[in-house]
Amino acid sequence: MSMLVQITSLTKRYITTTALSDVTLEVPEGHIVGLLGPNGSGKTTLMKILAGLVSPTSGTVLVDGIAPGVATKAKVSFLPDVNHLDRWMSVGEAGNFYADFYVDFDRKRFDELLAIMRLSASQKVGSLSKGMVEKARLSLIFSRRARLYVLDEPFGGLDPLARAQVLDALVTNFRADCSMILSTQMVADVERFFDDVVFLDGGRVVLAGDAEDLRMRRGASIEEIYREVYGHVETRQV
Amino acid sequence: MFFDDRAPIYTQIMDLVKRRIAVGELRVGQQLPSVRDLAQEVVVNPNTVQKAYLELEREGYVATQRGLGTFVSGDRGTVDLLRQGLARDIVETYVAGMRSLEYDPEEIAAMAAEAARKETT
Repeated sequence: MSMLVQITSLTKRYITTTALSDVTLEVPEGHIVGLLGPNGSGKTTLMKILAGLVSPTSGTVLVDGIAPGVATKAKVSFLPDVNHLDRWMSVGEAGNFYADFYVDFDRKRFDELLAIMRLSASQKVGSLSKGMVEKARLSLIFSRRARLYVLDEPFGGLDPLARAQVLDALVTNFRADCSMILSTQMVADVERFFDDVVFLDGGRVVLAGDAEDLRMRRGASIEEIYREVYGHVETRQV
Repeated sequence: MFFDDRAPIYTQIMDLVKRRIAVGELRVGQQLPSVRDLAQEVVVNPNTVQKAYLELEREGYVATQRGLGTFVSGDRGTVDLLRQGLARDIVETYVAGMRSLEYDPEEIAAMAAEAARKETT
C-alpha cells in the first residue's frame, strides 16, 4: 500500500513551547485518519504543517513524496479551524475564488454539495449562521479533487442533523485515490469513519493504530480508549 | 443502523449481511449492494464495508466477480445453516436472560412455548 503522507521525527518548536515532539506517522492512500487529543495536544500545528502553512523545526514531512510547499498546496484541501471566508462574499463568489486558486476545483460537485447542504450560492457569507458557514466551507473543501483532505474540527458548530449531512457528503465523496486526516472532539459520532487513529498528547504520539484492531484488542470503542488515554488529563483538572 | 462501537464494525457488517441472507432478503445468486451504497446506508467508512465483503468471501458466503460486483454464493444448505446459527444465538440469549431471573429449564421452555402460541393465534 502506498503512503500518501510520511512524517518522520517531526518537531515543531515555538519560542516558548514545543508544539510537536518527534512525531512519526504514515497515512496510506485511501485511508481516513482520526487525529485525536485534547486542546493543545498539537493537532492544529500538525495539520497546518501538512497544509504547508507552518514549517517544521526539524524532521521530514512528505505529502505524495514531496515536502509541503506550493506544489503540495495544489494537492491538499485544507479546512482551517477558523472561518476563512470573507463576510462580504456570497457562497457562489467564494466558489469562484476556489475555482481561480485550485485547478482541481469541480464546479458541478460544488453545486451538488450546496444542494445536499441546503445552501444557495447567492447567500452572503455574513448572513449565514455559524453552522451554515461550516457547511459552506466544507462544500468548498470537498469540491476539490484533492489527494489529501486535512480537516481541522469539521464538525464544530454543527447540530446533529447537519453533522449527519456532512458525514453523508464525506462518505459520498471519499475516493480510493485520496486520504483524509481529520481532528474532532466528537469521537463517538465520527469513530466509524476512521481507518486509523492517532492519539496526540503534549505534542507526542501516545497511541496510534488501526481503529478496528484497537477495538478488538481492547474490547472498547475508540471513544472509551480516548477517555482511557486522556483520563489523567481529566483528573488533573478536577 | 445501530452498531456497537466496542466491537469491530466490519464483523457487525458481516453479521448484517449474513442475517439478510438467512431471512431471504438476499437470495443465493443475488448481487449485494455496492460497497459505496452499503457504506452510505449504514453510514460507515467504505473501507470497512470492503473489509467485511472480503471476509465474507473468505468464509465462502459471497463471491466477487471482477467488474460485476459481489454475489451471494452457496446453496439452500448454507442458508439453512446461517438461519440455524442465528436462531441458536437468539435462544441462548433468551435462556441466559431467564436463568439470570432464576427460572428453571421447564419453566423457561413452557413460557417460550406459551409466548409462541400467543404469537401465532
